[in-house]
Amino acid sequence: MPGKLKVKIVAGRHLPVMDRASDLTDAFVEVKFGNTTFKTDVYLKSLNPQWNSEWFKFEVDDEDLQDEPLQITVLDHDTYSANDAIGKVYIDIDPLLYSEAATVISGWFPIYDTIHGIRGEINVVVKVDLFNDLNRFRQSSCGVKFFCTTSIPKCYRAVIIHGFVEELVVNEDPEYQWIDRIRTPRASNEARQRLISLMSGELQRKIGLKVLEMRGNAVVGYLQCFDLEGESGLVVRAIGTACTLDKLSSPAAFLPACNSPSKEMKEIPFNEDPNPNTHSSGPSTPLKNQTYSFSPSKSYSRQSSSSDTDLSLTPKTGMGSGSAGKEGGPFKALLRQQTQSALEQRGGSPHRFCRRREFPFFTLTAFPPGFLVHVGGVVSARSVKLLDRIHNPDEPETRDAWWAEIRQEIKSHAKALGCHAVVGYSESTSICEEVCILSASGTAAVLNPRFLQDGTVEGCLEQRLEENLPAGCGFCHIPYDELNMPFPAHLTYCYNCRKQKVPDVLFTTIDLPTDATVIGKGCLIQARLCRLKKKAQAEANATAISNLLPFMEYEVHTQLMNKLKLKGMNALFGLRIQITVGENMLMGLASATGVYLAALPTPGGIQIAGKTPNDGSYEQHISHMQKKINDTIAKNKELYEITPPEISEEIIGSPIPEPRQRSRLLRSQSESSDEVTELDLSHGKKDAFVLEIDDTDAMEDVHSLLTDVPPPSGFYSCNTEIMPGINNWTSEIQMFTSVRVIRLSSLNLTNQALNKNFNDLCENLLKSLYFKLRSMIPCCLCHVNFTVSLPEDELIQVTVTAVAITFDKNQALQTTKIHVEKSLQRASTDNEELLQFPLELCSDSLPSHPFPPAKEHLESASSNSGIPAAQRAVTVEKASPMGEGNFRNRSAPPCANSTVGVVKMTPLSFIPGAKITKYLGIINMFFIRETTSLREEGGVSGFLHAFIAEVFAMVRAHVAALGGNAVVSYIMKQCVFMENPNKNQAQCLINVSGDAVVFVRESELEVVSTQQPTANCQPSCTGGEVTT
Amino acid sequence: MTSELDIFVGNTTLIDEDVYRLWLDGYSVSDAVALRVRSGILEQTGATAAVLQSDTMDHYRTFHMLERLLHAPPKLLHQLIFQIPPSRQALLIERYYAFDEAFVREVLGKKLSKGTKKDLDDISTKTGITLKSCRRQFDNFKRVFKVVEEMRGSLVDNIQQHFLLSDRLARDYAAIVFFANNRFETGKKKLQYLSFGDFAFCAELMIQNWTLGAVGEAPTDPDSQVDDMDMDLDKEFLQDLKELKVLVADKDLLDLHKSLVCTALRGKLGVFSEMEANFKNLSRGLVNVAAKLTHNKDVRDLFVDLVEKFVEPCRSDHWPLSDVRLFLNQYSASVHSLDGFRHQALWDRYMGTLHGCLLRLYHD
Repeated sequence: MPGKLKVKIVAGRHLPVMDRASDLTDAFVEVKFGNTTFKTDVYLKSLNPQWNSEWFKFEVDDEDLQDEPLQITVLDHDTYSANDAIGKVYIDIDPLLYSEAATVISGWFPIYDTIHGIRGEINVVVKVDLFNDLNRFRQSSCGVKFFCTTSIPKCYRAVIIHGFVEELVVNEDPEYQWIDRIRTPRASNEARQRLISLMSGELQRKIGLKVLEMRGNAVVGYLQCFDLEGESGLVVRAIGTACTLDKLSSPAAFLPACNSPSKEMKEIPFNEDPNPNTHSSGPSTPLKNQTYSFSPSKSYSRQSSSSDTDLSLTPKTGMGSGSAGKEGGPFKALLRQQTQSALEQRGGSPHRFCRRREFPFFTLTAFPPGFLVHVGGVVSARSVKLLDRIHNPDEPETRDAWWAEIRQEIKSHAKALGCHAVVGYSESTSICEEVCILSASGTAAVLNPRFLQDGTVEGCLEQRLEENLPAGCGFCHIPYDELNMPFPAHLTYCYNCRKQKVPDVLFTTIDLPTDATVIGKGCLIQARLCRLKKKAQAEANATAISNLLPFMEYEVHTQLMNKLKLKGMNALFGLRIQITVGENMLMGLASATGVYLAALPTPGGIQIAGKTPNDGSYEQHISHMQKKINDTIAKNKELYEITPPEISEEIIGSPIPEPRQRSRLLRSQSESSDEVTELDLSHGKKDAFVLEIDDTDAMEDVHSLLTDVPPPSGFYSCNTEIMPGINNWTSEIQMFTSVRVIRLSSLNLTNQALNKNFNDLCENLLKSLYFKLRSMIPCCLCHVNFTVSLPEDELIQVTVTAVAITFDKNQALQTTKIHVEKSLQRASTDNEELLQFPLELCSDSLPSHPFPPAKEHLESASSNSGIPAAQRAVTVEKASPMGEGNFRNRSAPPCANSTVGVVKMTPLSFIPGAKITKYLGIINMFFIRETTSLREEGGVSGFLHAFIAEVFAMVRAHVAALGGNAVVSYIMKQCVFMENPNKNQAQCLINVSGDAVVFVRESELEVVSTQQPTANCQPSCTGGEVTT
Repeated sequence: MTSELDIFVGNTTLIDEDVYRLWLDGYSVSDAVALRVRSGILEQTGATAAVLQSDTMDHYRTFHMLERLLHAPPKLLHQLIFQIPPSRQALLIERYYAFDEAFVREVLGKKLSKGTKKDLDDISTKTGITLKSCRRQFDNFKRVFKVVEEMRGSLVDNIQQHFLLSDRLARDYAAIVFFANNRFETGKKKLQYLSFGDFAFCAELMIQNWTLGAVGEAPTDPDSQVDDMDMDLDKEFLQDLKELKVLVADKDLLDLHKSLVCTALRGKLGVFSEMEANFKNLSRGLVNVAAKLTHNKDVRDLFVDLVEKFVEPCRSDHWPLSDVRLFLNQYSASVHSLDGFRHQALWDRYMGTLHGCLLRLYHD
């Protein structure tokens, strides 16, 4: 009897009129958990019933507590006929299961009906009494914390980062069960919602068990997705990074020094204080904990496509982008050599590291400074599968095997790049009928298992200089051996430290490391691509898709590279390539944030060459184009303030004669097959940056390059957490979701027309966003997340979620200068050897960090690396305007008369101008909405607009009920929209997640610190949390 | 390529004040887009017409969804679907309940019934305000009327509490409700020169002085108190007003009154001779208006009578406003010196209000 769940139904309000005769409602409530149901009394004739029920008590196993949602149904009592359901509330009680999170869930929840939407609200109080259970073989994993945030959460310290955890569960989709033919759409939707909720709970519990086995206590970067495989079932899968986290509760953590940066500086040694050695018992745990549900890499060769269940009609294309290439030739031989030599040369630690975990993957995208040693480049793998019915849901081996295969590939790609780990790792699927594309991508990296946290700055200074810790450029240095390069790349000496080699371009899936030296600002770069495909069935279809994939990958890559050059930048962060499959086409959408890394060489321009040199007018046209391109590059450099120091080339001595790059796709080798093949799809031996205009296609490409309009002045955009080059965020944020669906006229379905349509769709969407948010100027759209889906033959749907954050313009200029100064600084660098410490590190994001983590990190980074005092002074100055920003915010009218507390939502892991004081638990919600009166609800736009607003409302209500005032790392993982205008029907499924948190404004922190906090803090953050 | 679906949903609901105004003014999306284009917004922002169209549609959709809540403003504050900062909520409500001067003059004092609603077409044509906007304004009047109709207590307070309007707007609505309830005639040609502000001013004075609530008679027995405190005129008071008739019916009293006023004003009034000549007519007019107020019909004609009996005669003799003020002051005050007159308090309650009203009504 490990737990007692207690529920009290207090009241309802704004209920719908259920009895036309009296214009009132006789409402009562059913409270269900597992198989137990309680009912309240009927509250007669009221739209605002006051039930004030007794405490309903459920005595349950903690396993059920984790899996089951609490289900509250509001009904209208009817004496003569069946009671009518008004709506339901599902409450995930998981946040109550760990001690540090919420203690009570209490508040107004929207009553939701899948047909009618929100119909009034209900006030509910939920508590859980947990009894300690010493049973070692228990199936529950209560107490393991989950975070969607892909960095170490702000008020925690990572003692150990254990590594990758994954799990998937499968089931039949209720929508496709025979019973669905006879039940109502409402019943069917509710069955689905409930099932997914249950599966999510089960999944989380299973992942939790793995974490416990690893002796961790938390999952960071938890990403859960569901695949609607239609007839063949429903898959819910999740990945994450297991960690052992320590709650930072030291007084220092709460010293709200934020308003005076000088104090903050003093605090830095304090922050570093928690000595990792005290936790040294941790690291010795791991090895035995390999509890993966699949059997790893037996035989995953492409040749195995004969088998029914494992029809892998690859090529699973892997992309080793990041690094550049000159010649595509002798790659085959080198690759294997490199894999070995890298491992041999790297010596102990990476080896040990690799052996420890089957997949050394990290779903994190931001790391404590110094954790990331080198970055190799993006690794990705895709595989096309045919779906078949999942026969035994308890043994989802097929799906597991599919993913294991892909991960294996990613791992070998990383090895090929001389890296022992993959960071910023993510997985996704795209399903159309019975074909499914599985994708995984990440950034190959070498990690530093020995992150120094002991001692003070002064104490470390000398030592660090000796050790040549890299400052702001180390991660760019190539992890592979120069003599045994995994592929031909063009290397130069690092423009920052002049000691190590760097590639000429770097692509990554992670956020920009906080200590990286960036010149100017970054910008959102997208590559968009459509390819028509013949309609086909089953294997023929899968083959067609497989054949198209490498071309798409290649073109997306080329487009990205061209656009990057056009912006005058040399690195991409947060790269996310999405390939979507539809009935008759494939869509590719890559988004990333381009920046100019000071350590990397200046990118060369783009040369255009014509095929028919004799034609005079043609020549002229070409030269005209060339001029246009050159102008654009110059303009972009000005726009993004890219003014690299000019000294470089002479000093370096090895100037880049002509920056070149070769896009290369390496067909991944499988473990079992001996051959390692390379698929070189670049234009023969020619330089990729000589764009050859030999046909209309290429012309189109060049045009499309030039049609991308930069955002209007005062606007910036990026898809990473924060914008490189902007540090002075003010506290105004606006998170939004925008959805567009266009119908293609079937007449003009050529690749070009398709590309243009798709391009216009994305560009217009961005333009609309800029227009809508114009009142926030100067502002930056951060974490811009595009998703493409092809719901029907001629429909393209694009969903964007992002947050607009305002910043202080004047200060932006100043910081740029600092960046330039910093880039001029020759910091001592490189980290030759990795000591063989276990992976033990500390979160950099220690508390009192006021708002912009970027600034914060910069500060601590600069003080760590011993930047002279003068330099620090500048950083201090830079911090001061924040105070003003807050003040301005504070003077805004208080929400005194509003009874609904404001809940902020953001896809970022932080709230500008505020400090997160507590994580209350994960929010993971799934909703279905259906209508049979589409026209009456304002058509498709009205329907979806209302639904998304309702989803936001329900997320906010749950957060508020947990005692929180914000959701961070919010993500809309799925938005599946289907319509049938002829039948006046539409249906939409939305899956969202994020971390519920309590944040305190920096201006309020002051108050909290001087008086013992009561008013400012949420009721739940008491105890050891708020100490001063 | 056609856009099937195009939406934008912010965690904080975006409200564009300009678009809101266009929506409130009843423009269709295409008209609104055209008007926005004309405002030069495209040049300012570098946006395209398509962007403007999409933006306008989005806002219209949002407003349409919000409209249901705006019908009961406290709901807007408590609802969870749209996260709107309080200052914006106030703006939404205030603007939604704002009305056009031209429109309110057309319906002021009319019964807020279906019959009147049918005339909105004509009003729309006459005033140039879109029918949609007319409907909204009319429905607002009617909604406020319905809600506060049966309520006790201060009219302004009730309106403020249930519609969360600013003090000013709540006072205006109180006037509208008061006029609608008492059906004062305001549409006659000779009243056309009066603005809504003039009537609202009078309504406020009347609510303050002539209603039951005004006397501060807290109902000792709530059941007996059937009349609304602020909306209905104090019947007893109206009944008593008959007593004032003596001022004009008793010739001696009338002469005494006249001589008192004339003595006091001699040399101070530019239009003294006109006043002297007209005194009896004016006084008869004012007292007879009072005496007639027992009949509903005459209550409705109150403003017509005041203009006919007082404003117009004075105006035709070109009285300056300052003279009117002097006269009214003296006219009211002199009654206190009439020994034979016993209804001093009644006179003050009547004349105090009328005094203010007349001054307000006296203009071109």
